[in-house]
Amino acid sequence: MTLDLLASDWLDLMGHLMLMSLLAVGGAITTAPDLHRYLVNEQQWLSDPQFNAAIALGQAAPGPNVMFVSLLGWQVGLNAATQAGWATQPWVMGLWGAGVATFAILVPSCTLTYVATQWAQQHQTHPGVRAFKSGLAPIVTALLLATGWLITAAHQNLPEDLGLWAVTAVSTLLVWRTRVHLLVLLSVGAVLGALGWI
Amino acid sequence: MSAALERPHGKLDLFVSFTLLALQGFGGVLAVAQRELVERKRWLTPLQFAEDWAVAQTLPGPNVVNLALMIGGRYFGLGGALSALAGLLLAPVALVLVLAWTVSGFTNQVLVQQVLRGMGAVAAGLIMATGLKMMATFAQNPLGRERCLLFALATFVAVAILRIPLAVVLLVLGTASCVWTWSRLRDKP
Repeated sequence: MTLDLLASDWLDLMGHLMLMSLLAVGGAITTAPDLHRYLVNEQQWLSDPQFNAAIALGQAAPGPNVMFVSLLGWQVGLNAATQAGWATQPWVMGLWGAGVATFAILVPSCTLTYVATQWAQQHQTHPGVRAFKSGLAPIVTALLLATGWLITAAHQNLPEDLGLWAVTAVSTLLVWRTRVHLLVLLSVGAVLGALGWI
Repeated sequence: MSAALERPHGKLDLFVSFTLLALQGFGGVLAVAQRELVERKRWLTPLQFAEDWAVAQTLPGPNVVNLALMIGGRYFGLGGALSALAGLLLAPVALVLVLAWTVSGFTNQVLVQQVLRGMGAVAAGLIMATGLKMMATFAQNPLGRERCLLFALATFVAVAILRIPLAVVLLVLGTASCVWTWSRLRDKP
């Protein structure tokens, strides 16, 4: 896939991601459906497999999920590298794309979070601030349980996926009740997956 | 439970701590953040973590990024927030770009798919366990344990079973819960 991106296209990408940044309530991954619409369908800057690979790698690699946006930018940069005159060193454009995307998805929400939470910190005894923090705690706690449930429930092929459900249940119990190292559990999951047991 | 809390020694400590935390965070950083910040480093009590997480998840933007900004900013202002943010992102983003550059063709291979499937199953468990741990803080919530459980149940049903969009759930149940908490705080401060 080769693209000819103008400066105005990069600005468009930046503007779109900055808007998404402020709409990303509940985490960066909630913007994935809209980014797919924008990057794959509307602008056609990425192919479907390229988009899916960025999501998969961003989720699997260690670090915050928002890295999938860096990877999308990276891939847009690679796709534009030939036309931009970087055919022999496409990674230069990849880095540019990743930088633009990461900057744009972070700056608006980070600015808002920093300003809002510093203000709240200075007014932490204010009943409104306390009510906001305490009132939302049960909601977001349930969101975590719902997220785990939704990931698991996506596998509905019961006889085949039973092992997957069992692994999720056992790792839930172990992390909840013991201090077993999380990387040990993830490694066990990786090995079980590689062996084709789950 | 009430053993004295620790605090980060400085911006470098924040940077290093969040780098190490992020590099352990396969399939999301939250479970590791709870482990490291509450159980190992003891910068936060379980209740503080639950409340900070509530704010981090409700404000727009990546949740763990928001959490890093809040914790860094609390101790060392803007410099602390940026140190924690840089720690969270620099090494993982560099790593993931190297991975994308070197193994980009591999994500469609069967073995890689199977490994990701196995790790995904564990990661789902990590997220749920973190939620279960945070439920233990309901007893100390000014809203009261029973009401917290009620709101948690309603949220779970709305999101996991009825599949109502998150923004709607946060707006309706979140507002109701905050208003109720506020009225209880006002009645008996």
